[in-house]
Amino acid sequence: MTRKRRRLTVVFLGGLLLATASALVLTAFEDSIVFFHTPTDIATKKDLQSDRRLRLGGIVKEKSWSKKSDGLTHDFVVTDLTHEIRVAYKGIIPDLFREGQGVVVEGRLLPDGNFRADEVLAKHDENYMPKEVAEALKKSGQWKGGAVTGSETGKTGGEKPYGDKPYGSQKESTR
Amino acid sequence: MIAEIGHYAVVLAFMLSIAQGILPLIGAHRNDTALMGVAAPAACGQFMFVLIAFCALTYAYVVSDFSVALVAQTSHTLKPMLYKVSGVWGNHEGSMLLWILILALFGLMVARFGRNLPAGLRARVLGIQGLIGIGFLAFLLFTSNPFLRLDPAPFEGQGLNPLLQDPGLAFHPPFLYLGYVGFSMAFSFAVAALIEGRVDPAWARWVRPWTLVAWTALTIGIALGSWWAYYELGWGGWWFWDPVENASFLPWLVGTALLHSALVVERRDTLKSWTILLAIIAFGMSLLGTFLVRSGLLTSVHTFATDPERGVFILGLLIVVIGGSLVLYAIRAPMLKGGGLFAPVSREGALVLNNLLLATATAVVFLGTLYPLALDAIGGGKVSVGAPFFNATFVPLMVPLLIACPVGAMMAWKRGDLPGVVGRLKVAVGLALLVVLATVMIDGNTDIVAALAMGVAAWLVGGAAVDLAERTGLFRISLSDTLRRAANLPRSAWGTAIAHSALGIMVAGITASSSWQTERIQIVRPGDTVELAGYEVTFKGAGNVPGPNYTALRGTFELTANGRRVTMLYPEKRDYPAEKSSTTEAAIHTTPIADVYVVLGDSDGKGGWATRIYHNPLVPWIWAGAIFMAIGGMVSLSDRRLRVGAPKRAARKTPVAEAA
Amino acid sequence: MLRPLTLIPVAVFAVLAVVFAVYLWQVGPGGKDISKIPSAMINKPAPQFDLKPIANLPARLKIPGLKTADLKGGVSLVNVWASWCPPCRIEHPVLMNLAQQGVTIYGINYKDKPEDATRFLDQLGNPFKKVGVDNTGRTAIDWGVYGYPETFVVDASGHIRYRHVGQIYPHQLESLILPLLKQAAQPVTDSSKAGSAGAGGS
Repeated sequence: MTRKRRRLTVVFLGGLLLATASALVLTAFEDSIVFFHTPTDIATKKDLQSDRRLRLGGIVKEKSWSKKSDGLTHDFVVTDLTHEIRVAYKGIIPDLFREGQGVVVEGRLLPDGNFRADEVLAKHDENYMPKEVAEALKKSGQWKGGAVTGSETGKTGGEKPYGDKPYGSQKESTR
Repeated sequence: MIAEIGHYAVVLAFMLSIAQGILPLIGAHRNDTALMGVAAPAACGQFMFVLIAFCALTYAYVVSDFSVALVAQTSHTLKPMLYKVSGVWGNHEGSMLLWILILALFGLMVARFGRNLPAGLRARVLGIQGLIGIGFLAFLLFTSNPFLRLDPAPFEGQGLNPLLQDPGLAFHPPFLYLGYVGFSMAFSFAVAALIEGRVDPAWARWVRPWTLVAWTALTIGIALGSWWAYYELGWGGWWFWDPVENASFLPWLVGTALLHSALVVERRDTLKSWTILLAIIAFGMSLLGTFLVRSGLLTSVHTFATDPERGVFILGLLIVVIGGSLVLYAIRAPMLKGGGLFAPVSREGALVLNNLLLATATAVVFLGTLYPLALDAIGGGKVSVGAPFFNATFVPLMVPLLIACPVGAMMAWKRGDLPGVVGRLKVAVGLALLVVLATVMIDGNTDIVAALAMGVAAWLVGGAAVDLAERTGLFRISLSDTLRRAANLPRSAWGTAIAHSALGIMVAGITASSSWQTERIQIVRPGDTVELAGYEVTFKGAGNVPGPNYTALRGTFELTANGRRVTMLYPEKRDYPAEKSSTTEAAIHTTPIADVYVVLGDSDGKGGWATRIYHNPLVPWIWAGAIFMAIGGMVSLSDRRLRVGAPKRAARKTPVAEAA
Repeated sequence: MLRPLTLIPVAVFAVLAVVFAVYLWQVGPGGKDISKIPSAMINKPAPQFDLKPIANLPARLKIPGLKTADLKGGVSLVNVWASWCPPCRIEHPVLMNLAQQGVTIYGINYKDKPEDATRFLDQLGNPFKKVGVDNTGRTAIDWGVYGYPETFVVDASGHIRYRHVGQIYPHQLESLILPLLKQAAQPVTDSSKAGSAGAGGS
């Protein structure tokens, strides 16, 4: 086997693998990428497919959180201060889920316009504001000044060296 | 005063790194022994000073010197000593100092043990290490000085994030960094080789141990992180394809490929250009992981302080280090002469396949991790790429790798005998089929994919065992001869077998825990019993328990099997009022074949508590697999052939002995 | 001597570096999106709010609550703080210094426990003329606060003139805050350069 043929074999095998991988990636992208939307996006865009999983982000509306009689199904409203969407989630809500604070939920939009979540992401500290939510709220203009409390992502980095995650949670511990 | 000494030591180390980064490279170019001679003492000095700085910072933490701003922000007098010490690297500045300490340690080791390296290569390697040192020391000094003072000093520190006060996470960063920084050695050797335009088996013999050290440490580091996520986050999962997890997984994948390809360079003096590229990429991925996490481009529970200034600095560093070395590669790599020829079906061929698959898998994970970022950068909207993507792409690429692994490991160099190898592996094939059948029988639902995956796991373990049996002549010659052969078998062969079978153990753990996990979520009242997977979990009640700096809501559960009490489980929800943070402490009962995992949720206000109970079959095997893999790495490392400074002639003693 | 195959890695890396750079400067932390934020509030009247004083304040700390109307009548600083926020603690001596120079400082105590807030002021001194308690975070939202501490310069007409995100460092007293207070005493001009300035990295 000459060097040239060996190289050809390797290149061919590599090409085959790349093609396989590309096919895998493309189909997976088609099926498993989850888009992030705000309540306003959902209210204004009609072309959202209801059979797709999506992420919904916003603020948990104050005094909207209740539990169904089974004790496990949580019901709350996610708002971006322009539009609201009612969310149902069955399971254990994360420790850091609070009314009036940012949240991202993942699940499906139901035909009746409500949202059925199977995942609630509120896993950081009290001042956690998911980056997407912060930006979305900024865009919606409702949020005067456009900014929000504590963006965990360092979105606000140098200007706000302490609002984000590590410091936000390394708060005073005096007891 | 101590903090000032630390700061001063960092400045001195910075000066020395400049000397180390410039003079030896000039010396090597001019063949000037005096200039090349600067490298070793400079590396020793650099390590000394960084060590002094690190000790100074540790001292400040141990005595809770809150006049040091960093200590005040991340420590507390009441913190246990373990977390005071781990607090040193539980923050951005301190972790960078640890990173630099490890970098300097590797430099010291080359200086100390590299006497048998060609003078020019040694000077160049140390010089490049010095250049990396310049970058990181400058980063530390100019953007993240850990020794800044606070005036007036507060009386008490702010404490450490409760999530980070955990033994698993205390040692996660040092291992991770040992891995990340360890790849800098392979990188330095690669760049030095590019400058010299020469790669030979001796070069590979030098690179492999360093890569093994890095790879072993990274394996442990990733396993610790995953273990922590498993018991601390309370979600019952152990790997979330979280971007930051991926950031540590990418260098591991490339490092694994590098381990295997360096073997080909060492044994057959070929695949040189590719190996060099892998060495650059492995370190590049390590830097990229740092960049993505430190700059806040990717976030997760592990994220430290983020700061765009730091992001810009690290991006600059990344461009200079990786961009620069890739340009050098583009110019010099075509000069590297290819070596020995081999047939596609051969050990070399198998290792090429291994590399192709690992490289493709790396590319896929990389794409999934960075796609959201890239899409956002071009204004394409916000997306998240989660576990389903990686399961659909990464897993299919791993399957051929796992299946080919035992075959490849037994293939002869140059020209292999595929039917012969498969024939010798028939015991392993039988074992795999047996496991598939057994799995189908046990699992009523007949999850055929999972059953096949369990078969692959058995195939890996069986294949490694057959390989060892073949080499030691087990059952073919007398037992005493076998034992003698086993004792004479190179450690690297043992290491390979251990690591490959560890992979099988891990595959079994991953398959079983993701296919047959049982999850029960319900409201329980005292006296209620939940049955799952042959266990009964009885809720006894919940009450408040005070902790040192938190109050815990503790549930009491009795775990019984067939009416016999197994153990009591106490899951907690801890509320840290001062930190305004809560953590969930899952209660886990571990047996060799499964975990019972109980998480206490919130009260329904009527005496009931939301609880989540998991039965995770074989989940301990995942970490057992990781530990064995690391052990395999260490055993390989102890091989005489790879031992640092071992004479070269020891290399070809046993032609059958290969390791990966 | 160059071969196209060996150029691929460089090319891929170059694309990546560009993506990162774009992300860092455009979208990411400190990107231009962020620097735009403050403009929305600058030179606008302070939002409407009426906040209660810290509960159960001991007699030695007599600090009334804070409402929008309080901001009128003189140039003042409004500082959003919490006892649990480390930089607030670090910044505190700077506020004390300002208070001693006669600057009027109002505080918004963000999501804090009254006893913690009281202890904080007891330990470090009280620079505030009035402190309103924002337990829901609503007022902070209205002000557009996104990190702690955050300080606003408000002029005599109750208009926000400047916003400072992050802690005020001692060296920024002379160079930034005092000149701003002086400037805020002047009537608003169109070319007012007031805007946000970050405290920079820590």
